[in-house]
Amino acid sequence: MTGAQILIECLKREGVEIIFGYPGGQVLPIFDKLYDANLKFILVRHEQGAAHAADGYSRATGKVGVCLATSGPGATNLVTGIATAYMDSIPMVAITGQVKTHLIGNDAFQEADVTGITRPITKHNFLVKDVNELARIVREAFFIASTGRPGPVLIDIPSDIQLQEAEFIWPEEVKIRGYNPTLFGHPGQVKKAAKLIQQAKKPLIYAGGGVITSGAHHELKVLAEKLNAPVTMTMMGLGAFPGTHPLSLGMLGMHGTAYANHATMESDLIIAVGARFDDRVTGRLDAFAPYAKVIHIDVDPSSISKNVKVDVPIVGDAKNILGQLLEEIKKAPDTSEWHKTIEEWKKKHPLKYKDDGKIKPQYVIEQLYDVTKGEAIITTEVGQNQMWACQWYKYLYPRTYISSGGLGTMGFGFPAALGAKLGCPDKTVIDIAGDGSIQMNIQELGTAVCNKINVKVMILNNGYLGMVRQWQELFYHKRYSQVCISSPDFVKLAESYGAVGILVTKKEEVRPAIEKALSIDNTVFVDFQIEPEENVYPMVPAGKAINEIIAGLA
Amino acid sequence: MRHTISVLVENKFGVLARIAGLFSARGYNIASLAVSETLDSAISYMTIVVEAKDENVLEQIKKQLNKLIDVITVTDFTKKEHLDREMVLLKVDCSAKDKARLEKLLDKFVGKLVQCKSGTAIIEAVGDQSQIKQLLEALDEFGIKELIRTGRIALAY
Repeated sequence: MTGAQILIECLKREGVEIIFGYPGGQVLPIFDKLYDANLKFILVRHEQGAAHAADGYSRATGKVGVCLATSGPGATNLVTGIATAYMDSIPMVAITGQVKTHLIGNDAFQEADVTGITRPITKHNFLVKDVNELARIVREAFFIASTGRPGPVLIDIPSDIQLQEAEFIWPEEVKIRGYNPTLFGHPGQVKKAAKLIQQAKKPLIYAGGGVITSGAHHELKVLAEKLNAPVTMTMMGLGAFPGTHPLSLGMLGMHGTAYANHATMESDLIIAVGARFDDRVTGRLDAFAPYAKVIHIDVDPSSISKNVKVDVPIVGDAKNILGQLLEEIKKAPDTSEWHKTIEEWKKKHPLKYKDDGKIKPQYVIEQLYDVTKGEAIITTEVGQNQMWACQWYKYLYPRTYISSGGLGTMGFGFPAALGAKLGCPDKTVIDIAGDGSIQMNIQELGTAVCNKINVKVMILNNGYLGMVRQWQELFYHKRYSQVCISSPDFVKLAESYGAVGILVTKKEEVRPAIEKALSIDNTVFVDFQIEPEENVYPMVPAGKAINEIIAGLA
Repeated sequence: MRHTISVLVENKFGVLARIAGLFSARGYNIASLAVSETLDSAISYMTIVVEAKDENVLEQIKKQLNKLIDVITVTDFTKKEHLDREMVLLKVDCSAKDKARLEKLLDKFVGKLVQCKSGTAIIEAVGDQSQIKQLLEALDEFGIKELIRTGRIALAY
């Protein structure tokens, strides 16, 4: 078999069903074999779209997303998408063509040092120099991408290797001596944690993306209910615990609910599961959770005690460890007083916005939740649209909130929605976007319509780069430097691509527009002309403790 | 504070770049780095002297190194009995009449005279941290013109 054939055979054996990509000179041999390979291929309109689509597909399904691009500019166009996946620990394999082996390092046409460029933003990467290594490399790439703390892996394949012949030998097992992720928690540590839990008066479960990656949402619910402990989620953890459950405090951190933040600051025991104490969550570190002991369950040892001192670290897979923990806990702590305090906070500081008859973005999201009954998959762009999507839609299941957390990549949501829809064709997939963000990968309208990937894009159009404008209003004396941004006529634009566009200018049009968009069998852009200077509240300014909250006007 | 760690890595393309990249990306300072193949040609041994302001930073460095796929083991010599050596080559000013005095000095420390010609002496030395330090301090009176160090290598007992 040729290298190209070996690659495709390996992808099939890894269970790959869709590849997102764009052809080019140094991947011609691969594309020639893809022509009749019977693998679904989605041709995007920009390689960045391919990377985000593979990412969205992976987040929605839990499978490894695959994208394919040519050398040079094709590969460099994947960089933002790979970095996005890296920051959020998403399993992804990116395959890039490279110039012929003897031309590497010679400044050849469309050559770039892709392994060098992507080294800091991949979990691992490979440059294939021998076609006999290719099958082993692909096998290892998928293994590395999907195990331990997942992450993107890149395979750079020179075009001459793609053409060379070799015997196809499928490696039966993968053994990498430098890579052995811990799966089960140390029993001694689990016992210590159980002891602390049983003695706590104000326990708080802090759940992150790791709960979803591990598939531990069931164990999390059992634990929360057994302990009668409140649960707060990071943005990446939304859906790990049902947002409508009485024990849910919603999201914590910079734009989290006030009651989640107060609970964190007053807690005497934080049980962190699959979360990394990121700065958006902790606020000023030296003021963070001053009364709490910390149990930290995480598959990545380097995340433990990185920012916050941990009393009981437990390295391993969240699902396994929560199971071990449940066996050790004999008696639930008494949290009745704690819940009384939390109820007071919830009553005094609910999420709110001023309803003055104009189109408020919070209202749009509330209506979206109401119409879809929480059954949709929501992807978001970045900024105010993203924060309102966290606050006003209640996520009931894991893998239904898909957003670029760590890198915060504008333009992520639309192509990610395409990937999510292909992974979950029976679900309604909605991208909540801002007018700035949606323009970043707008070209993927072509991909959507051409492949009949019917997603709905709700554009919260305020004519601004909203989040930046908000910071300029609050901290830079309203000096709105370069945040007023023009948009095309989104309706005409959608129609020019063969999609459908709906314009909403009045509050009473909001719900009918949503219902109409969901009923149309096509990609739909809904342009909601929202209140231009609406801010996201509550807000914890950067560098403040998370109970120093700007509540905003109601 | 400087700490010596050793790292066993796969002897593969790009591994050195990956480790250097890790240090630079996270802002850790490498004071010295020595690396080459071991008895097993598929494995390389690196001795890295890192600059870490406290225990926490050193812990993070070790954890981040362990995360790398190509890193097999990381050993921290801070609390471990070990042997360390470094080789230096240097040039000092040395006229014909200074030669005897220089040779006598080198006898006391770990240095060896390689040659003394046209007013310049070339010296080589192999020793542990303190031995090299003492030699360099002693040679200061002659005036060190050029100094090249290999970086420390360390071996656990």
